[in-house]
Amino acid sequence: MQRSQSWSAVAPLSDTDVEASASPDELRDGIVAALTSDLGDGVVDSHVVSGDDVWVRVTAESWVAAGQALHRRGFTYFCFLSAIDWMPSPYGRGEDDPSADDDGDDTVDEMRSGYTGGDTRFQLLARVVDPQRHVGVTLKADVPEAADGSLAMPTWVPVYAGANWHERETAEMFGIAFIGHPDPRKMYLPGDFEGHPLRKDFPLLARMVKPWPGIVDVEPMPEKDEAAEGGTADDNATGETDGGATS
Amino acid sequence: MTMLSERQQLSYIAAQAADARLNVELETEGMTLNIGPQHPATHGTLRIIARLDGEQVVWAEPSAGYMHRGYEKLTEVRTFPQVTSLINRIDWLGSFANEVPFILAAEKLMDIEAPPRAQHIRTILFELSRIANVGLFLGDLGVQMGAVTPVFMAFRDREYVLNLIEGATGGRFHPNFDRIGGLKDDLPKGWIDETKQVMKKLRRFCDEIDDLLFGNEIFQSRMRGVGVIPSDIALQYGLSGANLRASGVEWDLRRDQSLPMAWDKVDWKVWTHPDGDSWARCWVRLQEVRESTKIVDQLLDTIPAGPVMAKVPRIIKVPEGEAWVSTENPLGEMGYYVVSKGDLGPFRVKIRSASFNNMSIAPWVLKGVYVPDIITILASLYFILGDIDR
Repeated sequence: MQRSQSWSAVAPLSDTDVEASASPDELRDGIVAALTSDLGDGVVDSHVVSGDDVWVRVTAESWVAAGQALHRRGFTYFCFLSAIDWMPSPYGRGEDDPSADDDGDDTVDEMRSGYTGGDTRFQLLARVVDPQRHVGVTLKADVPEAADGSLAMPTWVPVYAGANWHERETAEMFGIAFIGHPDPRKMYLPGDFEGHPLRKDFPLLARMVKPWPGIVDVEPMPEKDEAAEGGTADDNATGETDGGATS
Repeated sequence: MTMLSERQQLSYIAAQAADARLNVELETEGMTLNIGPQHPATHGTLRIIARLDGEQVVWAEPSAGYMHRGYEKLTEVRTFPQVTSLINRIDWLGSFANEVPFILAAEKLMDIEAPPRAQHIRTILFELSRIANVGLFLGDLGVQMGAVTPVFMAFRDREYVLNLIEGATGGRFHPNFDRIGGLKDDLPKGWIDETKQVMKKLRRFCDEIDDLLFGNEIFQSRMRGVGVIPSDIALQYGLSGANLRASGVEWDLRRDQSLPMAWDKVDWKVWTHPDGDSWARCWVRLQEVRESTKIVDQLLDTIPAGPVMAKVPRIIKVPEGEAWVSTENPLGEMGYYVVSKGDLGPFRVKIRSASFNNMSIAPWVLKGVYVPDIITILASLYFILGDIDR
């Protein structure tokens, strides 16, 4: 019964939280408090979903300090590092976007950040986990834009060696340079590739040039109720004319 | 040396001096060895550039991207239910396991949960994909070292598992069976009995591999003490799954987080190994296949009755929010960071695949090893190309 023993060791962290999800989450609140005491004004905002997850937003200046503080406090497991472009895509979700119709308003162009807010278009996102307490933290930081439009952030590689590849991927996909990165080559893309594919203003050409048949999945059901009185013959007739028109 | 005559001593010293001079004369400038993109040792289109000094690796760097498909971008123009058919193809040997964390993340954002029967069957299929995936790994290990027999046994026994997955889902490699709110369908008639028979066969397969491969002297001498990764380095690089547990970190996401799955309802063990070498990584995987067959056996006896699908709207709109869900996939921790804006499709999906982190340690662990060890170390780290390149 090794499993049940080790399960009880982690039970206070996972099981009890689920039962009382409305209650404050001492563990995750404690993480935010500890990080605030380490970084002071470096912590901008935090968001705790009780018993589930915690988000902390730090300033760009304290990005590395936040990583060091978390590593010191036992968050030794590096999970991932990436970025988000919060700008709504100027291309919509493709030319047959069915969600565009039922909203009725065209004012979808405002930028809206997610949990813990944000002031810039790009945000860095990283997750580290404490392998002893089995709890993870998602860190976010605004990426300031220089006067010439370039983006740069300090590297995490000295703190978490695993950030190496993740930063290379983020750099080519979002165009964020990582200052001090030991090997700033491209990860996936060919060396002479232009543009940053995961930016929202980078068009997905395959979607632009060819209509996507995906709309079939979300097509409204044919309204059978009112056609029921019309009789089957009527239905067939319309069906035939439709077929003739398209073929 | 005292036993040798003076003449013999002189000739010995002369031979040593000649050897030393020869070594100085043959001092090479080092060479760059290119392995791949297409090479049997690379499991696909991974390319490794190694700088050699004689037989030793001075510097090695995997070069990924020959199979990059841009799934993170593609998810942004698809609806939530459509995404599963894409992410099936990340780790193609354990496809069903790829779908689960994404579906769980979407369910978390919608604040719904699959019915108990669906959770149960999900867990069974999840473990079956682990058996199919890691079972093939165990057979493939032999091929890396020139032993051809194990791979035939692995393909033979994986076929039984694939037949089961096909019987339940309709797809051998890409089930696309998981739905937001449950599963597409219930299990077919007779499936449970057949699965139990197959689990017996798989346990026999594990015993065979244990004898044939892990008991083999050549296998042991090429694996033991090779490619040692200490636990702090493993954590720093984000190694996960069996690679992390082989370095002595007892951490299994099936046990150590609460997910709406059925792993906490059965009795099983998390195996670890303190050595952190290639042999430990393979050994932990062998034990995990055995544990998985036990998990499946126990779950088959306790499938609760009820529906396999919760009540969800026909057109699924996921409320605004962000969610992170990761599960213990065959290759390690696989997770999705899903950002939704209340649309039909996700705003951004960050795919955290296990092999990407597991391979990023390669430059560290390959430094200083001999050329034949590159193959065994890469084999024991176990990666799937689609899982690196996404």
